[in-house]
Amino acid sequence: MTLLNPTWTALLYLAAAACFILALKGLNSPRTARRGNLIGAFGALLAVVTVFVSVKLDNIPWILGAIAVGSGVAAPVARRVQMTQMPQLVALFNGVGGGAAALVALLELSHTGDPWVRLAIVFTLLVGAVSFAGSGVTFAKLQGLMTTRPVTFPGLPALMAVVLLAAVGAGVVVILNGSLVLALVLLLLGLAAGILLVLPVGGADVPIVISLLNAFTGLAVAASGLVLGNVLLVVAGTLVGASGTILTRAMAAAMGRSVAGIMFGAFKGGSTAGSTAVSERPVRSSSAEDVAVLLGYAQRVIIVPGYGLAVAQGQHTAAELALALEARGIEVDFAIHPVAGRMPGHMNVLLAEANVPYESLKEMSDINSEFKTTDVALVVGANDVVNPAAKTTSGSPIYGMPILEVADARQVVFLKRSMRPGFAGIENELLYEPQTTLLFGDAKDSLTKVLGAVKAL
Amino acid sequence: MDGMSLLTITVLAVFVGFEVVSKVSSTLHTPLMSGANAIHGIILVGAIIVAGQAADPWVLVVALLAVVLATANLVGGFVVTDRMLEMFRGRQRPPSNAVVPEDRGSVEPVKKEGRQ
Repeated sequence: MTLLNPTWTALLYLAAAACFILALKGLNSPRTARRGNLIGAFGALLAVVTVFVSVKLDNIPWILGAIAVGSGVAAPVARRVQMTQMPQLVALFNGVGGGAAALVALLELSHTGDPWVRLAIVFTLLVGAVSFAGSGVTFAKLQGLMTTRPVTFPGLPALMAVVLLAAVGAGVVVILNGSLVLALVLLLLGLAAGILLVLPVGGADVPIVISLLNAFTGLAVAASGLVLGNVLLVVAGTLVGASGTILTRAMAAAMGRSVAGIMFGAFKGGSTAGSTAVSERPVRSSSAEDVAVLLGYAQRVIIVPGYGLAVAQGQHTAAELALALEARGIEVDFAIHPVAGRMPGHMNVLLAEANVPYESLKEMSDINSEFKTTDVALVVGANDVVNPAAKTTSGSPIYGMPILEVADARQVVFLKRSMRPGFAGIENELLYEPQTTLLFGDAKDSLTKVLGAVKAL
Repeated sequence: MDGMSLLTITVLAVFVGFEVVSKVSSTLHTPLMSGANAIHGIILVGAIIVAGQAADPWVLVVALLAVVLATANLVGGFVVTDRMLEMFRGRQRPPSNAVVPEDRGSVEPVKKEGRQ
């Protein structure tokens, strides 16, 4: 293959890096987001073509075959995945990226004698392996392959400390003499650390961990760029590491928690442990027709969607209900808690899928003051994000998390599958308040019944 | 490239990374995370270089594995982000009877959800 001279190579990599910055910038606004993502994909294509024409490569048929396999597996999965399963797919893609970075670093070990480069290799190995194994555990939790509850055992903190100390020891030896065997040991220790890191994280905090591991993978890629002396990897990896860190903090702030509290909370027994006990206290449950009357004669309705809506695939029905109510002259908005669903912005994606214009999707800070003037707050499959325990019960696992103030609305209607507590496993006092009505059942079935009843009014 | 230049580039990239996402609304957190996730799939470039310089078969096998994983990250990441974003539309609601043709009147959705 004809080789590009280094100046052109550097210019093309620079163009690719600029594309990545524009991509992240574009993702800041709904109007430019899709174009931004396409610019990012173009940058990636440009970079991959550039590497083929700028470095002398052997085994090109094999490499092209491997690229075909990777694309052939990932593209159809990404195209067909249900919107509700998006978070675990992102976790999975993040994990394999971290794994790839670790493998690249492992193979570069024999090519260098420079201790600084070896330091970057050790970093990539460890962080890439943590990201790979940690993402695997988050995938298993979200996919329902294992419990979403925090998994802890008495020796966990000690075991984690031993693993980390051993990793530091192995890392130092690898830096000093470049031992391949110890690099493999380091890889295994990284995998163990990744598993131990994510096991104790409780269900509701998993999205934040995905974001954190995303930042980790970015850092691993940046370090592998230092190993290979490739500026593009350094820039792209660092961009993701930095933006991922900010994003993780933003998500954690939305839940009123610190990242450290989430990662190490369960070590101290303070993570979202909760209980799944079902209370025997009386509640007011009602029929779809009654709910339809409440909604149909209101002036202002705010719909609060949660994961129950996503699981039931009820987003289209919710959108139809909003349209039917608007046709009656009722003002309808959707109030989106930052962490409703399993991932920040998850609800926005689902409702966008159902053609709800994004102007109708109000953020928590914008809409919280409006509940006071709202006739009916319709809570569909959400629980923790409207639980007043976050404000009132200082011992509660979600204490301090900002919530949607649905209790301010004149009437609150919960569409719930059962009286079981939400993801965080805490009872919701609001369910027992006099202004609250419950309609039990699958979110989509309930919405369909309510929709039919509203149309019949 | 010498170490000092790489360090300079790294530090500047940190600031760009902080700056570029500091004001993003929570509406777009999921696509942004997914998009950033796709970008680190660019490790594919590193995997290709290592695979292209592999001399012995064992190294080649591991490097090709890295190429497969990195491609999955890169391609899957951009495709899944694009799928999320194609659903973001402005205020141009289609008529209500066109909102969900596949959902109207059907008791059972065609696609079953994998988990309950």
